[in-house]
Order: sequence, then structure tokens, then C-alpha cells
Amino acid sequence: MISESVVDLSRLQFAMTALYHFLFVPLTLGMTFLLAIMESVYVMTGKQVYKDMVKFWGKLFGINFALGVTTGLTMEFQFGTNWAYYSHYVGDIFGAPLAIEGLMAFFLESTFIGLFFFGWDRLSKIQHLSVTWLVALGSNLSALWILVANGWMQNPVGAEFNFETMRMELVDFGALLLNPVAQVKFVHTVASGYVTGAVFVLAISSYYLLKKRDLGFARRSFAIASAFGMASILSVLVLGDESGYEVGEVQKAKLAAIEAEWDTHPAPASFTLFGFPNEETQHTDFAVRIPFALGIIATRSLDEQVIGIKDLIIENEARIRNGMVAYGLLEELRAGDKTPEKIAAFNEVKEDLGYALLLKKYTPNVVDASEAQIKQAAKDTIPSVFSMFWTFRAMVASGLLMLVLFACAFWASARKNEESKPWLLKFALYSLPLPWIATQTGWFVAEHGRQPWTIGGVLPTHLSASSLTTNDLWGSLFALIAFYTVLLVVEMYLMIRFARLGPSSLHTGRYHFEQPGNALHGGQAHGEGHQSVNA
Amino acid sequence: MFDYETLKLIWWGLIGVLLIGFALTDGFDMGAMAIMPFVAKTDNERRVAINTIAPHWDGNQVWFITAGGALFAAWPLVYATAFSGMYWALLLVLFGLFCRPVGFDYRSKLENKKWRDIWDWALFAGGALPALLFGVAFGNLFLGLPFRFDETMRSHFEGSFFSLLHPFALLAGVVSLSMLSAHGGSWLMLRTEGELYERSCKATRLCAMVFLGGFFICGVWLLLGIDGLNLVDNFDPNAALNPLVKQVTLDNSGWQTNYVRYPLTQFAPLLGLVGGALALMGAQTKRNGLAFLGTSLAIVGAILTAGFALFPFVMPSAIDPVSSLTVWDAVSSKKTLGIMLIAAIIFVPIILGYTLWCYWHMWGKLNDQTIEANPHGLY
Repeated sequence: MISESVVDLSRLQFAMTALYHFLFVPLTLGMTFLLAIMESVYVMTGKQVYKDMVKFWGKLFGINFALGVTTGLTMEFQFGTNWAYYSHYVGDIFGAPLAIEGLMAFFLESTFIGLFFFGWDRLSKIQHLSVTWLVALGSNLSALWILVANGWMQNPVGAEFNFETMRMELVDFGALLLNPVAQVKFVHTVASGYVTGAVFVLAISSYYLLKKRDLGFARRSFAIASAFGMASILSVLVLGDESGYEVGEVQKAKLAAIEAEWDTHPAPASFTLFGFPNEETQHTDFAVRIPFALGIIATRSLDEQVIGIKDLIIENEARIRNGMVAYGLLEELRAGDKTPEKIAAFNEVKEDLGYALLLKKYTPNVVDASEAQIKQAAKDTIPSVFSMFWTFRAMVASGLLMLVLFACAFWASARKNEESKPWLLKFALYSLPLPWIATQTGWFVAEHGRQPWTIGGVLPTHLSASSLTTNDLWGSLFALIAFYTVLLVVEMYLMIRFARLGPSSLHTGRYHFEQPGNALHGGQAHGEGHQSVNA
Repeated sequence: MFDYETLKLIWWGLIGVLLIGFALTDGFDMGAMAIMPFVAKTDNERRVAINTIAPHWDGNQVWFITAGGALFAAWPLVYATAFSGMYWALLLVLFGLFCRPVGFDYRSKLENKKWRDIWDWALFAGGALPALLFGVAFGNLFLGLPFRFDETMRSHFEGSFFSLLHPFALLAGVVSLSMLSAHGGSWLMLRTEGELYERSCKATRLCAMVFLGGFFICGVWLLLGIDGLNLVDNFDPNAALNPLVKQVTLDNSGWQTNYVRYPLTQFAPLLGLVGGALALMGAQTKRNGLAFLGTSLAIVGAILTAGFALFPFVMPSAIDPVSSLTVWDAVSSKKTLGIMLIAAIIFVPIILGYTLWCYWHMWGKLNDQTIEANPHGLY
């Protein structure tokens, strides 16, 4: 058995590296699309300012992209390094979308990104525009395939356990690809990336408008970002709702934890807007409820029930007992008793084998687990309610706030009066952290809500980890945190520096800091904007 | 379409193709950065060296990432066992590679000399460290790795990072580092001018010599002092096999069984030596194309040499030979292999097509004037 601290440290490392990677991914998803739109406008209108927009926002995008690539490397190999048993157990299914992601998406994105940055003088206008669109296509396709893989972790369709090889094997690739969870996750995630890109451009453009410099440049950027952002935030919210509905269908424990639904209420259940879920007493203190709302959102009906946590635990306990039967039969099969009757009996109950594996945390010998151990394992099937409840609400609140922002920005931009509304520009500027709060908490809800499973109902997290030592893990965790922190500081430094400098960093001679009398002050005096000749 | 046995063989070949693709393309990126501090002295020279690979390194790196994904999909047990076992070695490779995307993009964004020097050494580490460690890992495959499986197919690794540093493995690391450095050198010969070009010729010559010597000694060392494994041929390669039921004998001295049984495979080590010699000749006579062809052939030859010698083993175990992973029993299901093959058949030609298109558009020699003409747009 692997020690619990190894499992916890492995989880911590994975969560940290995944969340860190996901600081850069949404911005890449959104920016590639925005750059493609800006360049399309440039090619259609022939106006230089749009080309400058592509180049300047592309510079900021590049600073972000470099760290996205860096941190993505960890992700591709971390299943092998830290989740070896997982990799063996489900690699037959999970590995395929990852490999196809490489072939179909990463190559496309990464091969053409070089031409995007360095091909301006070597390609025709149309060729360069095509390159930019292919980069956007590549980054979006990579989101598709990684979410097909992730969707399967949440809702493992199209696969079956093979007792000969002791692993899950693919039986239906179409089901894996068209997994409804993967589909809604994909559209929700890429749309949230578009919102991130839009807020980024909107906030920084607003900064220039507030500072009253490079107005033409900023105004056009503001207009594109607000229109693109308006469409994107609507998609995120609508598709997020769809995502919630899908969760209600296939991940009942996740939904119950998000909503802190301890008991099964008569349909349609009320929605807990606010409260403090208490896991000890299985009760939500100080709850503010909206009647009927949850039942309608989660089941889209007035008569279907949302099953509460207490009832889910009872259901899962029955599945654990059934799984113990499956585990006993598996041991007989592995010992060589492979009569057709035995195989048929095993196939009858193997759906619940994963539930028996939950007991491995408490006893190596699953079949003789005690009543107390079974009860404890059943309780484990519910993710932590308090953190799920609050991170979900943080995500939704950020989303709604951004809806208000884009509605105002879009309206103002359509009437061309955003410059006369400093409150709107400040609102946009200070909204810069919102998409990151939403995407990070959203990722937490999706993945923490999957616990105690790595593969829902199939493989428990505590079995998935590699047989490493706590020393290995403390070492790698420390090294990764140290290295990633340094990189983040450097990235933020460059990002802020170039964002402040604005399009003057292109050295075209057309922008603010390149005009006589507008030199940079103070700490920026040694900046790139100041020196035109290279060392 | 194909039977399971054929699919298993095809995937052994395809993983090989991905590894060779990685070594041929990202190999010169790593090599060029590994020799950059020595061949490029001025800031402009360094920027020239970096900008020869600037438009391509990211696409090239995807060969590595895709090889990782393909390993996961086609040989999940190898993916799981190799990377969790060689935990610190792989992390070191990754930390090396971390330095590259940020190093390339951030280095020339500020004028500060100290800033640029730090990034230059980071890029050096990002080139040299993975190039060295890939060789060390391959060397350990010949020696066998200290892992075994329990009855639930969980792997247990009974070594440490330092136990990987066997003298033979270190020599294999030197071979790999010198091979990729020579490849980086011949790349810089193709793409640069002036003093940088002259120093690149020198570096290519030196690295090609080290490679030739190291590769040769590796071969002799294997024949004289390392015992390999043989797989007993009493199983059905068309079946889904449990890795723990095979029989293995320890009578493959120097891993030469395949070379004796199929003499044609001997072209692989020969190709490695001929490639190294051509690289040496090309660098000596300043025929850039010949040098690059030479280092490319050396890479293909060296990787094939290892693949042919080990076949059908992929990851031999030193402590429990039965746990060794082979192309027959470490693989995914027939269905997954088939689907992945279709994906590879569709996408690999497309990838090769647009990759060549990109190289074609960015081709040409770079020099100081290139950098001075566009100091803020280039890396």
C-alpha cells in the first residue's frame, strides 16, 4: 500500500502544476483568436494600426505563451512520473487523446507560431493571416483533445475492465469522443479562454484610455475586445449552465457537494444561495435559499429530485458491497479459475469493481473489510462540501461580474463614448483578475469535485499514485515551486513593463513614448522604449 | 486491418520514428544551445545563433511531447514505469527544457547584459542537460533498470537517480551529448557566417570526433562486458499478454543476438560510424550540407543501433527479468493501437508537409546585419 502522505503530496503537486499551467492556457486560447480577428481586420482594411495591434498584443501574448509551453511540459509527463498506476490502468484510453492532441493540435500551433512571430517579412499578407488562424485553430484543438481526456476521467464511457491485463481497455472510441461531459466542458472552457483574452485586452486598453495616450490604438482594441468578450461571456454562462446540467446527470456527488444538498428534498428543490456547509453536522448553517431554483436548474423539470448527500452515501455503500463480490471473483480469475461461468459472474458485477477499490485505503484485502471500513469508504465518495460550495460561487460571481462589464463596455463602445466614462474604464482595469479567479476556481470545482476518484467510479485517487517516497515528493514539490515562482516573477515583470510601455515597444515611431517630450520616467528610464540601438 | 502482432510491430517502429524525428529536429536546437556559449562570443553572435532556431524550436519540441503522448497511448506500462522509476532524471530533463521557451522569448527583451548572460546559461542547460540525460537513460536500458511488478501490475523501482550513473550509462550520455552538439554545430554551419561560422565548424569537428570514439567504445564495452536478455519464444504474439507470464533467459551476451540472427541490421551501427565520419569530413572541408547530412545519419544510425539490439525488449529489468517490458506485452489493446495508427497515418504526412513549408520560408543565412535590422522583433 502507498502511504497516505505520498498520495496527498502527489495530489498537491499535480494540483499546483495544473493550476499554474492554467494561469497561461486560457489567455493563450483567447489571445490567439483575438489576434486572428485583429489581423483579419488589418487584411480587410489595410490600416496599419491593426497590424500594430497584432504585433503589440502578440508581444504580450508571446510572454504568456512561453510560460504556457514551459508548464505544459510538466503536464505531459506527470501522469507517468507521479501517477504510474493510473497510467497503466487507463493509459489504453486516456493516452490516445493525449497522443492525438500532439499530432493534431500541438504540431499545428507550435510550428506556425514561429512564423507568426518571425514570418512578417517572409510571407504575403494572406499567408501570414492564414498562419495566425492556424495557430488559433491549433490551440483550440488542443483544448478539445485534453478535455476529451479529462471528460473521460469525469464520466468514463466506452471502456471496460480486462482481467487478463488488469486494466481498463477501450471498446468504443466514438463514445469517448462524443462523451457529453467532454463536449460541454470543451465549449465552456474555450469560451472562458476567450473571455480571459477579451478582459486582458479590454483592461489594458482602458489603462491607455485613462492615461489618454495612443487613443486610436486603444479605442480600436477596446472595441474588438468588448464585442468579442460580450459574445464569449454569454457563451460561457449558457454553456456553464449546460455543464451544470450534465454534472447533475452523471456526477451526482459533485452536484450535491457544490450545492450542499445534504438531504433529498421533494422536487423541485430550493437553491442555497449562501451559507456555511458544516461537514460534521451535515447541515448548512445560515443558509439563504431560493425556492424551486435548484430543481429547475439541475434537472430542468419540476418533478425530478436532486439526490442529497446522505442518500448518495447509502447508494454508494451498496455499490461497495457489490464491488467486493466483483473483487473476490477477480481474485479467483487471476488465480487461474477461468471457467465461462466465473467470467460471466464477474462481468455481471464488474461495473462496481472500482467501488471495492476504495477499501484499499483501509485494508489490503478488500473482501474481508469490516463494516466500519465499508461505512467510511462510502462516506469518502462525497468530495469536500465546504470548498466546493464556495469555489463554485466564486466562479459564478466572477462570471456575472464580467457579464456586467462587457454589457457596459459593449454598449459604450457601440456609442463610441467609453472615453467619457472613467468609471467604466476603471471598472475594466480592475476587472483584470476576474477571469483568472473564475478559471482557477472553475478548474478546482471540476477536479476537486471528482474526488475520491481519478477516474469516476473506476479508479480511486489513492491507488493511482506512483510508488515514490515522501522525500522524492517533498524534493520535487519544493523544486517546482521554487522554479515556477522565479518564472512567474520574471513573467509578471516583463508583462507589466511592456503593457505600460504600450505600442511604443514596437519602435515604429508612431506611438506615445516615441514622441518628443514623452520619455519614460523613473524606473522605466532604462527600458527598451528608451534605447533604439542595440548593445 | 492488421492483426494484433503486426500492430505491435508497427508501433515499435512508430515510436522509433517519433524519437528519430525528435532527435533530428529538436536535436539541433539542443545542440546549438549546448555549444552556443563557446562558439558565439558577442551578443549579436548569440542572437544570430538563437534566431536560426527561433521560428522552429517550438514545433521541434512537439516531437518530444508527442513521443511522450504516443508512449502513453501505445506502451502505457513503459510510460508509467520509465518515468516514475527514473523520476529525478526525467525531472532534470524537464527542468532543463523549462529554460528554453522562456529563455528564447525573454532573453532579448531587456538590454541588461547580466540578464542576457543568465538566460544564455539557462539556454545552455536547456540544451546540454536533456541531451546528456537522454543518453544516460538509453545506456541504462542496456544495463537493465532496477524495477519489478507486483501482482496488481504496480511497478516498484529499487534504485535512485545516482544508481543510474553507471560508467557505461555516462559514456552513453557523452555519446548522445556529442552527437546532438555536432548536429547543432552543423546546423549553425548551414545558417551562419563569419567567425561564428568558423567556430561552429571547429565545434562540429570536435564533437563528431568525440561521438565516433564514444560510439565505438560503447560497442566494444557492450560486447565485452554487458549481458543482455533473450525472450523465450513460447507465446502467441497475437494475444493480449500479461507481462508477468513470459520466460526470459540471460544468455544474450552484448545484446548481439539480433545482429547475429539478422545480419542486415548491422547497417545501423555502420550508419552511425559513417554518419560521424561524414560529419567530420564536412566540417573539415567546410561542406555544410555534407556535415549536416553526416550528423543526421549518425543520429538515425545510433538510435536504430539501440532499437535493434534491444528488440523485442523496450525496458529490460535488472532485478526481475520477467518484469522486463517488451513490444509484445507492454502495449495497449488492439483497438487503441489501430485508432492511433489511423491518426498517425493521417497526421504525420501533413505535419511533415507544413513543417517543411515553414523551414522553406525561414531559410537563409543570418548575420549581424539581420539582427541590427530588426533588434526589437527578433529574439
